[in-house]
Amino acid sequence: MIDKADQIFVLLQHWLVSFLPLALQQPAAVLLGVIGIVCVFPAIFALTTVFERKGLGRIQNRLGPNRVGPFGFMQPIADAIKSLTKEDVVPSTANGPVHFLAPVGLVVAVFMGFAVLPVGRNMVLVDMDAGLLFFFAMGASTEVSVFMAGWSSRNKYSLLGAMRAVAQMISYEVVLLLSSVAVVMITGSLSLTKIVEAQNQYTGIFPHWYIFTPWGLAGFVMYAIAATAETNRSPFDLPEGESELVAGYHTEYSGFKFALFFLGEYLAMLSISGLGTTLFLGGWSAPLSFLTFMPSWFWFFSKLMMSIFVFIWMRGTLPRLRQDQLMNFAWKFVLPFTLLDLFVTALWRFMGEGLLRWIVCSAILLAAYIIMGRVAMVRKHFGPRSYRYAE
Amino acid sequence: MLGEGILKGMAETAKNFAGSFVSKERLTTVEYPEERIAPAENARVFPFLVYDTENWEAGLRCVACQICEKECPPKCIYIDKSKDKKPDYVGKQQFYPTRFDIDISVCMSCQICVEVCPFEAIKMDTQFELATDDRFGGLLLDREQLAKSNEYYHEIHPTEASEVDARLAEEKAKADAKAKAAQATAAKAAADAATKTAAPASPTQAKPEGGQD
Repeated sequence: MIDKADQIFVLLQHWLVSFLPLALQQPAAVLLGVIGIVCVFPAIFALTTVFERKGLGRIQNRLGPNRVGPFGFMQPIADAIKSLTKEDVVPSTANGPVHFLAPVGLVVAVFMGFAVLPVGRNMVLVDMDAGLLFFFAMGASTEVSVFMAGWSSRNKYSLLGAMRAVAQMISYEVVLLLSSVAVVMITGSLSLTKIVEAQNQYTGIFPHWYIFTPWGLAGFVMYAIAATAETNRSPFDLPEGESELVAGYHTEYSGFKFALFFLGEYLAMLSISGLGTTLFLGGWSAPLSFLTFMPSWFWFFSKLMMSIFVFIWMRGTLPRLRQDQLMNFAWKFVLPFTLLDLFVTALWRFMGEGLLRWIVCSAILLAAYIIMGRVAMVRKHFGPRSYRYAE
Repeated sequence: MLGEGILKGMAETAKNFAGSFVSKERLTTVEYPEERIAPAENARVFPFLVYDTENWEAGLRCVACQICEKECPPKCIYIDKSKDKKPDYVGKQQFYPTRFDIDISVCMSCQICVEVCPFEAIKMDTQFELATDDRFGGLLLDREQLAKSNEYYHEIHPTEASEVDARLAEEKAKADAKAKAAQATAAKAAADAATKTAAPASPTQAKPEGGQD
């Protein structure tokens, strides 16, 4: 019974496929998986938009949307109808084909990332040996779409937004990769299913998630920072910067193309949260050993929603950074710390079991954190700002 | 320590998030069409015309001097002056507007008409739900739609309205006193004239009376 619930989607797929002739079964199974991903994640996206608006409302002591349907949960449908019926404006000087391809390319690239994410036990569309590499390759190609959008619009704001986006995404891409390299070093595999299986063990009732090790915690924090920047979420939402750049690279997009950008942004957030869950939070494994009776996909999606909630929470709290602060933070703090984390991970790997490695690794990371906070990130000038050209 | 401020901020927003479910006092907004917050006393939207007494047409304070029409920056006021006259609050004979239209699609709520009006006849309204599906006729308000009673004015801008009432009462008292004094002097002069030259009094007295019309 428990196994049935756990494998319900896999069994459903097998049952549906069994009606077809043998030659067609393999492609049909893949197609069903694709349909599942293309339906489930946009549905979560729709839920996320309404949760985000309600959550932000609550954070600002407002009610948030509550008119469409019960408690406002039909709001995404109203939004979809609105964006579908809006006029699709293409600026006369824009480069038409590129302007059209940018949002499509973005959504396609983001969807590709879900192919290698294990959303439950035996629930992965393509079990690639280099799944992590594939995921990052797909994630990096979203930058092309963003730049295509900014460039083809022929709008200064769009171009500025795209420039910022590319600078930011490339800077934080480095951190994102390096922080996951630590996981690869410990697991010894780039396969995401193997990474989850390595974490799906328990000592007593506690799981072997990588976040519960010193290097894993540091890596996770760095990963979370880089993931926030990578998905252009607040406080790193400079590419959008609606108060400075109108809306950045999607200034010149309206109607359904804008909706696609929106979808792409949220799907990127979902996929990067999914990867973070897989790498550091044990993927689909249960948080305590006696909770394993719950289906694995339930755990994956609850962890995903928790990460989304943290994203929303941060958006409701933190103000946007300035461009120089963003770059300083990436290159002067996050990157050195991630490199140190790699070193600590190696130390952890070769010090063998025991309490000693816990003490040494924690001490190094904590000391580095405090020193870096004191020295590297210190503000040199306090007091009122001086303006050279004003007055 | 690095990141301390972020954690403090996150705690603050978490408090708001949880608190807004628990205590209603935290919520800063109301659900508009069902619940309303009364507009602030010095809120202003578009102008309206003040009338005294019961009948809006007879009680309009406007004397069609057309100062507001001329001063209006976007030129959204249209006034037609009457041929005949009616008495104003002092009792003086004045013209009145046969047409007084304000195009609220043009009006920019600058309040200049209110400031230039010497008769306290035009004031700013707080009514903002003026959406209509008739783009042209629906947004061109006429005399009847613009006329609102002095009581209504007291309701929406109490302080300002009492000041205006006090000023008008003072002016009326002054005018009354002046009229009384003028009457007294006229009566005295007439009496003097009557005592001085009794015989040719009737033709000379009739003449100025006729000239006043």
